[in-house]
Amino acid sequence: MGQQVDATGFAMWLFLLTEIMFFGGLFTAYLIYRNWYYPAFVAGSHQLDIIWGTANTAVLITSSFTMAMGVWCAETRRKGGLLLCLCLTLFLGLVFLGIKSIEYGEKIEKHHVPGFHYSLKSFTDPESDPQIYKMYHDKPLPLDMARHTEMYFGLYFAMTGMHALHMIIGCAILVYMVFRAQAGAYTTGHVTFVENFGLYWHFVDIIWIFLFPLLYLISRHG
Amino acid sequence: MSTTIVSLPDQSTARIPKVNFISKEHGLLSWLLTGDHKRIAMLYLASITVFFAIGGALAGLIRLELLTPQSDLMATDTYNKVFTMHGVIMVFLFLVPSVPATLGNFLIPLMIGAKDLALPKINLLSWYLYVAGGIMVLYTMAAGGVDTGWTFTTPLSTHYLNTNVLSTGIAVFIAGFSSIFTGLNFIVTIHKMRAPGMTWFRLPLFVWSHYAASILMVLGTPVLAIALVLVMLERVMGIGVFDAAKGGDPILFQHLFWFYSHPAVYIMILPGMGVISEVISTFSRKRVFGYTAVAFSSVAIAVFGFFVWEHHMFIMGVSTYSTLVFSLLTMLVAVPSAIKIFNWSFTLYKGSITFETPMLYAFGFIGLFTIGGLTGVFLGTTGTDIHLTETYFIVAHFHFVMVGGMLMAFLSGIHFWWPKMTGRMYPEKISQLAALITFIGFNFTFFPQFILGTLGMPRRYAAYPPEFQVLNVFSTAGATILGVGYLLPILYLTWSLRYGEIAGNNPWQATGLEWQVQSPPLTENFAEIPIVDHDAYDYDWLEKKHEHEREVTSV
Amino acid sequence: MAKDMQMNAHQEHENEQDDDRAALEEHRHVVPPRIYLIVGTTLLIFTALTVWASYLELGVFNPIIALFIACVKATIVVLFFMHVKYSTKLTKLTVGAGLFTFLTLIGMTLADYFTRAWGRW
Repeated sequence: MGQQVDATGFAMWLFLLTEIMFFGGLFTAYLIYRNWYYPAFVAGSHQLDIIWGTANTAVLITSSFTMAMGVWCAETRRKGGLLLCLCLTLFLGLVFLGIKSIEYGEKIEKHHVPGFHYSLKSFTDPESDPQIYKMYHDKPLPLDMARHTEMYFGLYFAMTGMHALHMIIGCAILVYMVFRAQAGAYTTGHVTFVENFGLYWHFVDIIWIFLFPLLYLISRHG
Repeated sequence: MSTTIVSLPDQSTARIPKVNFISKEHGLLSWLLTGDHKRIAMLYLASITVFFAIGGALAGLIRLELLTPQSDLMATDTYNKVFTMHGVIMVFLFLVPSVPATLGNFLIPLMIGAKDLALPKINLLSWYLYVAGGIMVLYTMAAGGVDTGWTFTTPLSTHYLNTNVLSTGIAVFIAGFSSIFTGLNFIVTIHKMRAPGMTWFRLPLFVWSHYAASILMVLGTPVLAIALVLVMLERVMGIGVFDAAKGGDPILFQHLFWFYSHPAVYIMILPGMGVISEVISTFSRKRVFGYTAVAFSSVAIAVFGFFVWEHHMFIMGVSTYSTLVFSLLTMLVAVPSAIKIFNWSFTLYKGSITFETPMLYAFGFIGLFTIGGLTGVFLGTTGTDIHLTETYFIVAHFHFVMVGGMLMAFLSGIHFWWPKMTGRMYPEKISQLAALITFIGFNFTFFPQFILGTLGMPRRYAAYPPEFQVLNVFSTAGATILGVGYLLPILYLTWSLRYGEIAGNNPWQATGLEWQVQSPPLTENFAEIPIVDHDAYDYDWLEKKHEHEREVTSV
Repeated sequence: MAKDMQMNAHQEHENEQDDDRAALEEHRHVVPPRIYLIVGTTLLIFTALTVWASYLELGVFNPIIALFIACVKATIVVLFFMHVKYSTKLTKLTVGAGLFTFLTLIGMTLADYFTRAWGRW
């Protein structure tokens, strides 16, 4: 029995290794192009709302906390506590996705989605975007560098999109877990599912811990 | 020369054991919903044989076209599709799963003394993912194929071709996850489910090599997955990561692709090397020379295999300084492979060698893999690679290691463990003939290609200068012989299922826990979990065991 | 002689069972909520810190500090939220292997890009 417990935990860690390597390709691409097109990446980063981004980071960190507490509740056989923690984690996960969709909406409105009528106006003529210009007083980018902002947004959507996909899957599993927890499945000593899901959830949090500074905090000094 | 170690029970009274993993349950669903690693292995065996046949037919088409210097059998676009599908099917749907998913799945729990793999449901999922990937590939072929080459090189695959890149990408992505889950399962099983007394250094080398290959599967395949996702995003959304016009770098794709695809070649060969260790030991009645060295060399190949991928990109526009580093590392990765060849040779030295079919294939492996591997060193040297890359030299190199090496190892293993898996022996004489035909056919097919490559014939071309025709005709003639060599096992192995001699527990008198149980094994493998107190390849232990048994029966 | 070998095998078996039991004990090591609270608060503080730092003009140190803070945050998530601090050696080795391969991918690929500008010989 102990062997089985140990085995699934180990298996979950191996699965997380595959996830590290999967995101690794995206991070590699990001690092290369940020190095090549730094001004474009700075300008692109200014287009992201720091409030939403920071809020999302706080939301995800809190959800990691509630998930860890959920594991503790399962380990100490607190069914009510477990249910509360799972519901909170799910709620916070959905809040994260909600904020993300607001952000995506803003990008779509401003035509900053690569391949879909991508607009260079905010970068060649920063003053046309008064909200952002007030904060950073960006200089207009030359045309070729302005074009590279499409690369920034391509990576932005690829990386946050892949992250969001993992969040959606996580939220779906959380819904399943809420029902199972309600039935008492995790508070009779069989905590491995909760623990292993916790590992997955924390991993998704770690990805965001890196995405946040890389995408949002490139350089905000005006 | 006609000595043999085969020891079969008395055929007039011998029967297949009534209770075994095949007879335990009946009906299609009992196979399609099984958790038994042995049944899943058989499912894999059937499906990879189908894809091998398709890939082989495509190879036949390639060789037919290359009989003449003009592109006359098919349009050049069609030719591109044929060799692309040949590559995709042979690499992802045959070579990568061949030994691990069939022999590995079947044997690893038996060899370590476990009742099954650690995660039987995930094992079944692996097979379904494989089938799904395979069906996507078949769909791609039906929809007109893809002509990017199996390497999906950008910007060809992202911008300049309008064939079914998306569906092929999805197919390979799905098949990749099949591979990941198999590797994951093996790692967990080998760490957590060894029988009492089965320490790491008592494991058969077959298990060590699968462990090393599994590490590569788990860590390398996801990078292929993201490379394919990015190609698909590039095609669908135009995100620009590989588009020079948008400031992207097509070479980035190659970095991500080869980061997997180089370890992939070790994923393909390491399990085969594991087979060879078992076969060489059994048919020279001697423990493998330098067990620890061979075990560690498997792990070394896995680790070093991650550091050399850029040698596939020397001419692509990477920095000259990086080519220096990667070239040096490529020299280093050859060393552990060479250590294995030396150790197998020393195992043979002063052994009692017999020439049953698995051993014939093993000899073929040692010779052909050595040639293939050495030519790899020529290619790893940047200076020579500049002239030899993208020519038939490369084609010959990888077919020597993959077909002359890996495929021979696969056939060796299939023949070696056929009696264990089915309870029946294959017909020895015709199988020895088939091995010989394969060896001859292989050399006729691929050796001329080394010459063609050095003479400058480019790869992936349907038309070539007329002075290359003679060697091409040789190569196609060889391919025909090779085809016969591969057809024969499919036929006589199927025949043996009904008419083969009953094998008994241990027809080869081999060591290894899998040979101490009935053939075919019980569903739960062991009536009671064995306690291991001897090293691998301990022929003394085997003899003492038999002595003991003989004493008991005479009382 | 055979009996000795049997004894050794049994001893090894028991040793391995002890390891499993130890792992199970560690596995059953319940991390107290206090720790989670401290870690969670630290993470939030570091988030605020990294946002604040991005508004400063620190030249080349901006990304260095940002990545450093991110690494610290990730480390405490791994060690405490994911229990790696209390896990077996195997788990720690596994995490290390993943990290190593990840860094190899990024490092050796970037090595090509960074040295292209060095030109030919």
